Amino acid sequence: MSVKDLLKLHGKPIREVYFDHENSGWVPPEIVEAMLPYFNIKGYGHPSITHKPGWEAYEVVYETKELVAKTLNAENYEQIVFTHSGTEANNLAILGTVFANKHGKGKIVVSAIEHLSVIFPAEWTRKNLGFKVVRIPVDEEGFVDPDILAAYIDKDTILVSIQMVNHEIGTIQPIKELVKVVKDINPNTIFHTDAADAYGKIPIDVKEINVDLLTISSHKILGPKGVGALYVGPKVKLESIIHGQLSTEKLWPGVENVPAIAGFKKAVELTFTSFEKNISKIRKLRDKLLKGIINNIPDVLVNGPLGDKRSPDNVNTSFLYVEGEAVTVELSLRGMYVSSGSACTSRILEPSHVLLAIGRKHEEAHGSILFKITRYHTDEDIEYALEQLTEAIGRLREISALKPYK
Amino acid sequence: MSTRIPLPYTPKVLELFKNPKNVGSLSDASIVAKAGSPACGDMIRLYLKVSKKNNEDYIEKITFESYGCAANIAAASILTEMVKGKKMSEAWKITWKQIADELGGLPPIKFHCSILAVGALKRAIRAYYTKQGKHPPWLPKSLSLEEKQTMEEEELIEKLYSKYLKYNTKTG
Ligand SMILES: Cc1ncc(COP(=O)(O)O)c(C=O)c1O
Repeated sequence: MSVKDLLKLHGKPIREVYFDHENSGWVPPEIVEAMLPYFNIKGYGHPSITHKPGWEAYEVVYETKELVAKTLNAENYEQIVFTHSGTEANNLAILGTVFANKHGKGKIVVSAIEHLSVIFPAEWTRKNLGFKVVRIPVDEEGFVDPDILAAYIDKDTILVSIQMVNHEIGTIQPIKELVKVVKDINPNTIFHTDAADAYGKIPIDVKEINVDLLTISSHKILGPKGVGALYVGPKVKLESIIHGQLSTEKLWPGVENVPAIAGFKKAVELTFTSFEKNISKIRKLRDKLLKGIINNIPDVLVNGPLGDKRSPDNVNTSFLYVEGEAVTVELSLRGMYVSSGSACTSRILEPSHVLLAIGRKHEEAHGSILFKITRYHTDEDIEYALEQLTEAIGRLREISALKPYK
Repeated sequence: MSTRIPLPYTPKVLELFKNPKNVGSLSDASIVAKAGSPACGDMIRLYLKVSKKNNEDYIEKITFESYGCAANIAAASILTEMVKGKKMSEAWKITWKQIADELGGLPPIKFHCSILAVGALKRAIRAYYTKQGKHPPWLPKSLSLEEKQTMEEEELIEKLYSKYLKYNTKTG
């Protein structure tokens, strides 16, 4: 089976609108431009070696850390640890905390809707080290109940990991309040928050919310793939989870991906220039898309909260009586790129754990479609999307074996 | 999101997904059968019009409705084309592998789509003769591979679903 033939038949649609920034996406030209010199013009050396190309590499790594630290209101650049992805940063947060824990046993509390790069390492400690792992439930909008969280915190709880913004349904968790709940009961419990989908979407101040560990990822803010970072607060001891030649990172051996870090730097700069203005534009487009879907298409469920409790870039709706993977293919043929929480790509027939955790039935989760809006989207993009979406859902409902479209 | 595996569909799958053949219901259907369920995210309903020629039963018309992924729609579409106008006894012999081959191959995790399509057809044929109160000699008493696997898939999702409901009411 050749993907070449598939792509040839697919062809290039007349107009293309990309909405799958949850999974990854295109990188704006000015960000690519910022990366290019670091391949062969400057800073192409190893950032921990003492020569000019090495120092130039070190300079951009250092400056990026300074910048990221500033945007998070962290104390200093040393609190920012680069990894090669958000997945790695989450693994470092969970496993690094566990390995540094001298008792070798304890309890980890995560929410039921965490990214799998949090859930799987936590489950790994349960299977392999005998840790207790609690997945606390969320309500129908994806919120963690502070009282339920409190009930699971005790002297054995070494780590809590609750994300700041959910990647699928956009729930903005009241992290500051949740950190307080945890620290009031056990001040030694480490609080990690996966902010991969919060960074650049809502303001973050690590001092104000008082978290110990916080994850971000470059490609979630239109930077290149393959750069993640973990903020490590002053009271936290982490053990390295991978081993090898150290470079500038004590916690992440191996050479830094310098060109990608240079791109990440540009992405951060662009994200935090006119932040308020961009976010309010993104929020308007979000609401236009969401309202348009509800007004144009019958039998739609909105997944996640509405208004200010929802991430400004997130639209997630379930289209009843159709299956999500078919929708992604149908929309692709129309030049519109989205993703679905359907089970269709997983052999076990289980749809997105996030949608199940907020109480969606299987058939509701199978029809879910996720859109992420960026500052590069326009009103025309949204109008095009609504037009195509209405036709696409209409066509698939026509074929559907489910009522009432049979 | 759940585990993701790359799905390089063949051009044939994409073509039939774009332009499926024999879609819709049949008002004069002799028998209707379905396989899969909404909870699976995969469901095919087949409508067959059976007629007699020279004392043989033929599939005169066949149409489908599908709730499912692109491979599901393509598999159901090609199945209807392959058995339309065939003797019932001939149609019975079709296998899920033939459907997958006719589509130019399916990614392994999509095999169940062609199993479901053939499962629906064999259910329809069996149901037709049960309704007639007849049992032609070529129709085996025991379930075919596709009927069995279709049933297993439906049962598995039943199980997962009730487990999920139990978990949700316990912690939620
Ligand atoms: C909430 C969340 N955490 C972690 C990650 C993983 O980041 P990466 O793709 O850089 O490994 C993602 C990426 O989709 C995410 O959405």
